Amino acid sequence: MKKTVTLAALLLLLTGSLSVIGCGPKADQAAKDGQQTGQTGEEAQVARDYISIVGSSTVYPFATVVAEQFGKTTDFKTPKIESTGSGGGFKLFSAGVGVEHPDITNASRRIKKSECEKCAENGVTEVVEIKIGYDGIVMANSKSVEPFNLSRKDIFLALAKDVPNPSGAEGELVPNPYKTWKDVNPELPETKIEVLGPPPTSGTRDAFVELAMETGAKEFAWIKALKKEDKDKFKQISHTVREDGAYIEAGENDNLIVQKLDANPNALGIFGFSFLDQNTDKIQGAFIDGVKPTFSAISDGSYVLSRPLFFYVKEAHVGKIPGMREYLAEFTSEKAWGDEGYLTEKGLIPMPKEEREKYATVAEELISISCDKL
Amino acid sequence: MNKSNKQAGAGSSGTSRRERTIDIVNKRLEKRYRKEKRFRLYGMLSIIASVLFLAFLLTSIVSNGYSAFWQTYIKLDVQLDPDMIDKEDPGRSNYQGIIKQAIGAYYPEVKDRKERRELYSLFSSGAAFQLRDEVLKNPAVVGTTLSLWVLADDDVDMLMKGHIKRNVPENERRLNDKQLQWIAKLEAGKRIEERFNTTFFTAGDSREPELAGIWGAVKGSFYTMLVTLALSFPIGIAAAVYLEEFAPKNLATDFIEVNINNLAAVPSIVFGLLGLAVFLNFFGMPRSTPLVGGIVLMLMTLPTIIIASRAALKAVPPSIREAAFGVGSSKLQVVTSHVLPLALPGMLTGTIIGMAQALGETAPLLMIGMVAFIVDIPGGFTDPAAVMPVQIYLWADSPERAFVERTSAAIMVLLAFLISMNALAVVMRKRFERRW
Repeated sequence: MKKTVTLAALLLLLTGSLSVIGCGPKADQAAKDGQQTGQTGEEAQVARDYISIVGSSTVYPFATVVAEQFGKTTDFKTPKIESTGSGGGFKLFSAGVGVEHPDITNASRRIKKSECEKCAENGVTEVVEIKIGYDGIVMANSKSVEPFNLSRKDIFLALAKDVPNPSGAEGELVPNPYKTWKDVNPELPETKIEVLGPPPTSGTRDAFVELAMETGAKEFAWIKALKKEDKDKFKQISHTVREDGAYIEAGENDNLIVQKLDANPNALGIFGFSFLDQNTDKIQGAFIDGVKPTFSAISDGSYVLSRPLFFYVKEAHVGKIPGMREYLAEFTSEKAWGDEGYLTEKGLIPMPKEEREKYATVAEELISISCDKL
Repeated sequence: MNKSNKQAGAGSSGTSRRERTIDIVNKRLEKRYRKEKRFRLYGMLSIIASVLFLAFLLTSIVSNGYSAFWQTYIKLDVQLDPDMIDKEDPGRSNYQGIIKQAIGAYYPEVKDRKERRELYSLFSSGAAFQLRDEVLKNPAVVGTTLSLWVLADDDVDMLMKGHIKRNVPENERRLNDKQLQWIAKLEAGKRIEERFNTTFFTAGDSREPELAGIWGAVKGSFYTMLVTLALSFPIGIAAAVYLEEFAPKNLATDFIEVNINNLAAVPSIVFGLLGLAVFLNFFGMPRSTPLVGGIVLMLMTLPTIIIASRAALKAVPPSIREAAFGVGSSKLQVVTSHVLPLALPGMLTGTIIGMAQALGETAPLLMIGMVAFIVDIPGGFTDPAAVMPVQIYLWADSPERAFVERTSAAIMVLLAFLISMNALAVVMRKRFERRW
C-alpha cells in the first residue's frame, strides 16, 4: 500500500510540475486574447489575432522570411504559414470567409478559373492577386564532372514516357527507348539517363513539365499540331514522365537531392534555384538552350525554365484580422522584394521595377481580380 | 536416416549387440550441437547487425549535429548615441542603423555601397534585436560604448565550423575573398569566437539558421502531450478496467476487443484525416493548435494504452481478487483498492510508451495544420504551434546549409526526450512492479 501512495504522489508531482511550466505565459496570453476579442462581430468563432497563410511550398521560403520580419518589427503576431502546395492552398482558401479559413494563399502558378469560381461560390468574392517575383527551375549535376548543355527537346526525349519513333515516322509513339544521354543527342556525353526530381504532387514538377517538356514536345510539328486537335492526347504525350527508373522521384526534400547528386556524379537533379544558389560549391546548373541558370539570366527572362510566383489575399479579411494591410505593405516594400531586398538573398528573382510598382499599388488599393479574365 | 540406421542395426545383429538408443543419440549429438551453435550465431549476428545500424545512425546524427550547439559570435563596440535612441519608446529606435554604424566604424576602409552591403551581411539580422534587448534591459548603457557579442550570419558560422571551405575558387563559396579578409581581421583582433548556442534552446523557429531555436517546438510538443495525456490516460484506463473486470463476455465485447486491436495497427495519417473531418470541419476547433493535435494523438495512443492496461490487469493473480471477495469486499472495492494499484505500474508503462510514440508523430498533424512555420512561442493550448518532429521535418527541407546541423541537433533533442520517457517507464516498472 505504501508503494501505491508513493506512486500516487509521484504522479501528482509530475502533473503538478507540468502545469507549472505551462502556466506562466498562459496568464499573459489570456490577457492579450482578452484585448483582442472585441472585433469578431457576428461570427461566434474564436477570434484569431494572427494571419493564417497556406499554399505553395515554393513560395513558402519567401513568405516565411517576410512573416518573420513582419513579426519582429511590428507589434502584430507572426503569421502562421503552412506549406500545402498551390492546389491544396487554393482548396483551403476558397472554402469560405471567416476566421477558420486562411487569409492568404501562396501559389507558384496563377489561380485557375475553376478555383476562382469556387471562391465566388463560397462567398470569397474579392480576391487580390499579387505577383511577387520569379523562381527558376534548374537541372543540376555534381561539380566533379562537366556541366550538361541541354535543349528542351533533349529533356523531353530523355524524360517522356512515350516518344516519337526515332525512325522519324510521324504520329507514331514508342515507349522511351533512350538509355544514355548520347542516345538522345549525339553531342551529349555517354552517361546513363538518371534524373532525380520531385513527385507529381509538387508544384515544381508541374512547372518543370509545363516549361521544359511541353515546349520540348512542341519541337515536333505533329505533336504541336495535336495541341489544337486533341488537347488531352497532347497533354498525355507531353506531360507524362517515364516510369522505367530513369526518372527517380526523390520526394519533396530538395536537400536530399543535392546530397545524392554530390554522391552520384552521373545523376541530374531538378529543383528550385535557391538550392543551387546555396550549394554552388557542390553542384552546377545545366545550360538550358545554351543559357546558364544565373540570377541575372532568370531575372531578364533569357533562362527559360522560370515561372512567376503569386499570393492571393482574401479582401473580406482585411480589417478583420489584425495586421493584414501591414503584412502586404511589408511584402511589397522595396526592402523585401526589391533588387537588393532580403528576399533576393533567399533566392527570389525580383520583378522589373515597373511591375513591382504596379503590384505594390494593387496591394495598397486592394484591387481584386475577376474570374472572367483568367 | 532413421530407416537406414535400423537396417544397419538389423544386419549386424548376428555378430554384435543391437544398437542402443543412446548410441543413436550420441551419433546425432554432434549435429545437434552444431545446429544449436548455428542458431546462436544467427541470433548474435542479428543483434550485431542491429547494434551496428543503431551505432551508424547515432554517429551520423551526432557527428552532423554536435556543432549546432555552438554558434559563432562577433564582438562589436557599439556606440549608443543618445540621439539615436527614441526617448519615449526605446524599443522603437533604429537599432539596425546603430549596428551598421558600429560595423562601419570597425571597417573605416569600406566605402563602396555594394561592399558595405556585403560587409553587413556577415552579421546576423538578429544583432539589432540583441542590441534592443540589451538597451531595454539596462537603459543606463545609452550614451556609452557597449561591447557586445552579436550573432554572426549563418554563412560566417559555417565558415568558422569548416563547412564552407576557404581554399576553393571564389565563385564556389557563399563568401567572397573580400568577406574572408574582413573575417580574417576579426580573427586577428580576437573578435570572433564560438560560444554555446543558447538561442537554439530558447528561440522559436526562424528562417535565419542562427536565430532558429527548438524551444517553440518543445513547448508545442509539451502542450500537445499534456492534452493527449490528460485525455488518453483516464479514458484508456477506464476502458481497460471495464472491459477486463466488469464487462460481460459476449459478442458485443468481443467485437469491441477486435476493433481496439485493429485500431492499434491503423496508419497514423488516418487519425489525422479523422481529426480534420470531425474536430476542424464539424466542431470548428481552431486549426494548427495543440488542443486539436492532442486530441488526434489521443485517438492514436488510446489502443496502445488499453491493450497494455488490460495485459497489466490480466497479470494480477486471481488469488488477490478471491481473497478480497473472501473478506467481504464489493466488486468495486476489489478493483479500486486491490487490482488497480497492483496493475498500475504496468498501465503507466503502457501509457508512457504510447506517449513516446505520439511524441514522434508528424503524419496525423499534417492534416490538421500543425506542419507550419510558427515563429511565436506558443503560450497555451489554442495558440498555433508546431511539435518537435515537425520542426525537424521543416528544417530538413530548408535550403540554408546551417539547417543541416540544426536538423541533427533537433533530432538529438527529440531522442533525448524519448530516451528519458522510456527510462522513466523502466524505472517505474522496476520500482513498483510486484512479482508473484
